[in-house]
Amino acid sequence: MNAVELRDVSLTLGGRTILAGIGLDIAMGEFVGVLGPNGSGKTTLMRAILGLVPPSRGSIHVLGQPATRGNPAIGYMPQARHFASDLRLSGRDFVASVSNGHRLGLPVRGRIARAEMEQALRLVGAQELARRPLAELSGGERQRLLLAQALIGKPQLLLLDEPLISLDPHRQQEVVDLVKTLKADLGIAVLFSAHDVNSLLGAIDKVLYLGSGQAALGTIDEVITGPVLSRLYGSHIDVVRVGGRIFVMSGSCCAETEEHRHEPAPADRQPRHSGHA
Amino acid sequence: MLEMLQYDFMRNAFAAAAVVAIVAGTVGYFLVLRGQTFAGHALAHVGFTGATGAVLLGIAPIWGMVLATVAAGIGMGFMGERLAQRDVAIGLVLALALGLGLLFLHFFTAFATQATTLLFGNVLAVDMRTVWVLLALGSVSLATLAVISRPLLFASLHPELAEAKGVSLRLYSVLFLAIVALATAECAQIVGVLLVFALMVGPAAAAQRLTSAMAAGVLLSAVLALLEAWSGIALAYYTDWPSSFWITALSAAVYLIATLPRPMGRFASAAPR
Ligand SMILES: Nc1ncnc2c1ncn2[C@@H]1O[C@H](COP(=O)(O)OP(=O)(O)OP(=O)(O)O)[C@@H](O)[C@H]1O
Ligand SMILES: [Mg+2]
Repeated sequence: MNAVELRDVSLTLGGRTILAGIGLDIAMGEFVGVLGPNGSGKTTLMRAILGLVPPSRGSIHVLGQPATRGNPAIGYMPQARHFASDLRLSGRDFVASVSNGHRLGLPVRGRIARAEMEQALRLVGAQELARRPLAELSGGERQRLLLAQALIGKPQLLLLDEPLISLDPHRQQEVVDLVKTLKADLGIAVLFSAHDVNSLLGAIDKVLYLGSGQAALGTIDEVITGPVLSRLYGSHIDVVRVGGRIFVMSGSCCAETEEHRHEPAPADRQPRHSGHA
Repeated sequence: MLEMLQYDFMRNAFAAAAVVAIVAGTVGYFLVLRGQTFAGHALAHVGFTGATGAVLLGIAPIWGMVLATVAAGIGMGFMGERLAQRDVAIGLVLALALGLGLLFLHFFTAFATQATTLLFGNVLAVDMRTVWVLLALGSVSLATLAVISRPLLFASLHPELAEAKGVSLRLYSVLFLAIVALATAECAQIVGVLLVFALMVGPAAAAQRLTSAMAAGVLLSAVLALLEAWSGIALAYYTDWPSSFWITALSAAVYLIATLPRPMGRFASAAPR
């Protein structure tokens, strides 16, 4: 049984075709990095797997079942994280509100739910953080709570939409390593979107590269190549490897790093060793 | 001290205030958490239109108020979060509601007293029957809130995720605003439509400042609302100033104290619970 199967899938939003005729299989236990420029459809693909965007053509299967909204086997960390930054609630209550959140009743948590929450907090190293109100946490600290939240409910498939945004390089590496460990320990499949393949080197099994409505799935060596990326970007792309790092160049500038300028805190991408424990 | 309890109107006032404060403190906590306090304020104004309309038709104002606020709450919920939080739209509805209410009162003879009572409340004029009505309405809103509280929290704190898990954001938005509407109509009986904020938002916002634990926060919010309402009535009895004035003053004072920087408080909120 595959974790995710797409057969000839087209996704359309507001009359615009985002992805056209995509077919791919993601096996259980695979850690897949989802890459592609801004607007290439990474978030849309995840929402389709969650059953929130019905395909305009083709079929999507998740763990052997047609994709439907409310699948409890999927853990999800959304990219749009719009909780009020002035929320005075503790991180623990914030994370706990996810367990059985769809069921009616009072939000009282049984021993099992509490143990599961503590386990999730421990996995991301946020047990201490979770005592403090969200309003007093840094963006990266909140990010870790969101990762914990995605682990609640024993998911078989994790969809993590840009979990590295606003983390310093050290924390980025920690999150990637953490997801790699989780994948190995729990045997789950992971889709992990990011903007820089280098942050995922050594951790991911495959890359899913999106661009121009198309997709390429394979190992890094198969996908991150000049010809494949040139097709996806629709322009000439060179791939240069220097000292174990991969640079995707369009003309003379770096195609991947160029996208980082769109992100809120480009400074976070620079090595920054002060101010973080 | 207990001498004031020998009067029927004082006993009714304390009973009514207790019911309303507990409902307002609890519902208000979720209102502040969801960042919809302005929507609550607007609902109170719509209640004014309903109440004056009811007066005009010869019905008890409280039923007109309940009907109008609940209808408006459900409408706002259906329009979706985006519209319900749009300041301009809400502000206009709010002004229109007050204007309409004024028009209705224009046709009514006992203009001034009626208007003042509706706008600023008069808890000392609450009769036993009203206390029972408040108790019934309050039980309905608290019971409904208890039933939906878990998915409501999920939808409030993790909207994208809740949507992905099959929780209808709109359904809970509608249900919650209907609960808020009921609570608002109740509050208006004590402090009037203009001052509903004092009981719904003041204690809840102060409680969220004082503790970051949710269960403790809800409880504290209800307790603060109760203390403010009761103290307000007692102070009104001794000073002969309006109770609504005292309740709003206490609400503002408590919020102010809660927001003062507390070197020890910060530490306490970080301590294990
Ligand atoms: N509701 C919508 N209606 C129409 N178009 C939409 C809608 N939502 C997104 N789009 C478009 O769909 C495309 C894919 O968006 P998506 O969010 O999936 O991109 P992404 O790869 O996640 O980008 P990013 O790296 O910026 O997160 C974008 O061009 C976007 O403008
Ligand atoms: Mg995205």
